[in-house]
Amino acid sequence: MNTPKSLNRRRFLGTTAASLAAASLGGLSARPAVAQTALTVGFIYVGPKDDFGYNQAHAEGAAAVKAMEGVTVLEEENVPESQDVQNTMESMINFDGAQLLFPTSFGYFNPHILEVAPKYPDIRFEHAGGLWTPENPANIGSYFGYIGMGQYLNGIAAGHATASKKIGFVAAKPIPQVLNNINSFLLGARTVDPSITCQVIFTGEWSMAVKEAEATNALADQGSDVITCHVDGPKGVCETAVSRGAYVCGYHADQSPLAGDLYLTGAEWNWAGIYTDMVAKTQAGEPIDNFVRGGLAEGFIKMSPLGPAVSDAARAQFEATRAEIEAGGFAAIKGPLNDNRGNVIAAAGEAFVETDIALESMDYLVEGVLGSTR
Amino acid sequence: MRLMLGAEAVVIPLGALLAGFAAFSLFLLVLGKSPVEFFALVWKAGFSSAFSWQNTLSRSAPLVLAALCVALPARLGLVVIGGEGAIVLGGLAAGVTGLAVGGLPGVLGMGLMAAAGMVLGGLWIGAVGALRIKRGVNETISSLLMAYIAIALFNHFVEGLFRDPGSLNKPSTAPLAESLRVGDMPFISAHWGVVAGALACILCWILLEKTTLGFAARIAGDNIRAAQVQGLPVGPLVIGFTALGGAFAGLAGFFEVSAVHGSANGSLIAGYGYTGILVAFLARHNPLAIFPVAILLGGFEASSGLIQRRMDLPDATILVFQGMVFIIILLSEALYGRFAIFTPAYWERR
Repeated sequence: MNTPKSLNRRRFLGTTAASLAAASLGGLSARPAVAQTALTVGFIYVGPKDDFGYNQAHAEGAAAVKAMEGVTVLEEENVPESQDVQNTMESMINFDGAQLLFPTSFGYFNPHILEVAPKYPDIRFEHAGGLWTPENPANIGSYFGYIGMGQYLNGIAAGHATASKKIGFVAAKPIPQVLNNINSFLLGARTVDPSITCQVIFTGEWSMAVKEAEATNALADQGSDVITCHVDGPKGVCETAVSRGAYVCGYHADQSPLAGDLYLTGAEWNWAGIYTDMVAKTQAGEPIDNFVRGGLAEGFIKMSPLGPAVSDAARAQFEATRAEIEAGGFAAIKGPLNDNRGNVIAAAGEAFVETDIALESMDYLVEGVLGSTR
Repeated sequence: MRLMLGAEAVVIPLGALLAGFAAFSLFLLVLGKSPVEFFALVWKAGFSSAFSWQNTLSRSAPLVLAALCVALPARLGLVVIGGEGAIVLGGLAAGVTGLAVGGLPGVLGMGLMAAAGMVLGGLWIGAVGALRIKRGVNETISSLLMAYIAIALFNHFVEGLFRDPGSLNKPSTAPLAESLRVGDMPFISAHWGVVAGALACILCWILLEKTTLGFAARIAGDNIRAAQVQGLPVGPLVIGFTALGGAFAGLAGFFEVSAVHGSANGSLIAGYGYTGILVAFLARHNPLAIFPVAILLGGFEASSGLIQRRMDLPDATILVFQGMVFIIILLSEALYGRFAIFTPAYWERR
């Protein structure tokens, strides 16, 4: 699409003039140079920022940035993945002078960030999801965490807690990130007891509270006594599971306030560290890598504190495995392993470590998961 | 005198709009926020600069076409609220057609895509009209329920048959060739859908006000018995007008896919069909009024972000604002004919 050059040029001239003026003023004034330059950072969320889930996790990161010196934080919630987010980004840049943007929803990237970023080469766009490739504009970066490992640890806690040997997973869509979480959850549980099965129900939507509650009830009806999920806002799943007396493993953010004593643990994003780091680098004028990834060891994800229902044996295995994952090179998907339709996923001795790029095109459910990707 | 008689149609909605502003100002004062700051921010974000206009116009483009899907059947007395279904299916048809016509010259390919979107959208809402005529099914309910079916079908095809295997984490149809992307208008970063919407409004106005078809439709809308007694083809009129409305909604789907998203995917389900209902009612189903009303609402929505950020109000604020204006405009319907100054009798007495 063609963009109006006049707007760009005017903006460019404007900013150039402003920075020249600022530079000359700085030279004239007797005040000592301030260590941190004033920086305006914008966060954009696809849902409410108190959803106990994906958006809250990012908003907690934004709150950490707010506490930094010399930073103004702008936030906008409930911004759809449509023309709206392009307008929001440009509005933050044009009206509020944002220099660093975190449009956090997966669907913001293509085409919206890709469309807006070339118009504002001086503005940095950081996107959660890890889609950046070297062909994309250099002022875009992407970051993501290996949260499947968190679901693996969830699985260990679940494996110890389940009496029925059936655990349940409420999932949004059968896409690689979600499948990796489901498989990791079951494989974690199977390290405790290889007879455990995991029933999965796909709702087809990222955020559809009614279907999520129905799915949770269906899982409980079928005997699942530990339930986790991968949907944007786990509130409905947590509350329904608790009302049915099932244990809950959290996802995205800490749901222990919702689940109380039935909360085992949870796989949480830990964006605060990444965001403050990126903001500090921008303040210092240092470049940010275009492609940033990390797991437990790097502090990209964290586990909710273990709940009171977690047994000592579970705690011991949980901590030992956490240490193993933090040491690096850990593989949840390792041979001999079949998918739930009998195809070989990994032969004996074969393993896909957490950083393996092949995991990002996962299209199968492993043996022991009851459900279908189609 | 003629001027004063015509003025009623402008003065009452404008008055209602101002009353809506006043009511919302009270609401803000109760919350301890400044109405002056609010309206200044709406002005700044929606209408004050080239960038504001770009923001406003790009939001209003789909609203104009979606509103026509409500306004056209409304002339026949039908309340169709399921334009969302025609938008998503029109977008799907356009996206899939785009993959088949990639080798053709851009304009021809885009024309075929737009046609495919309009045909499917037209069939979808036309079916609502047909159900009404042939089976007596309430069109409001059926169009709403069919919108849910349309969205389910859309998801089924985008996540199944037409899914681009490369779209791992966000199921989409394969990306359109660059030649099939509708570009921006000169001087402003808003796509040509704005112009298409304006033209569609003018065409609809001509159809409704200047043709016998439009006249027949108005008679059928005012009194269906009288129309039938007169031998007017009520059935074909209903099916034709609903289908035409659906075709415009399908065209909105085409522009969303071709100008904004570049492929058909879940982002298409953005609720434009529902905001379109609001636009059509505010415009009192007058096609010429739809365009400015859509721009007004587009401007309100464009200011939502700035109001969230500057005034620390929740994002629903603009919805509350729109809702208040909407209700007051509906209430103002009762005022027509109540003011003597707008009646011929008043002017004859003088």
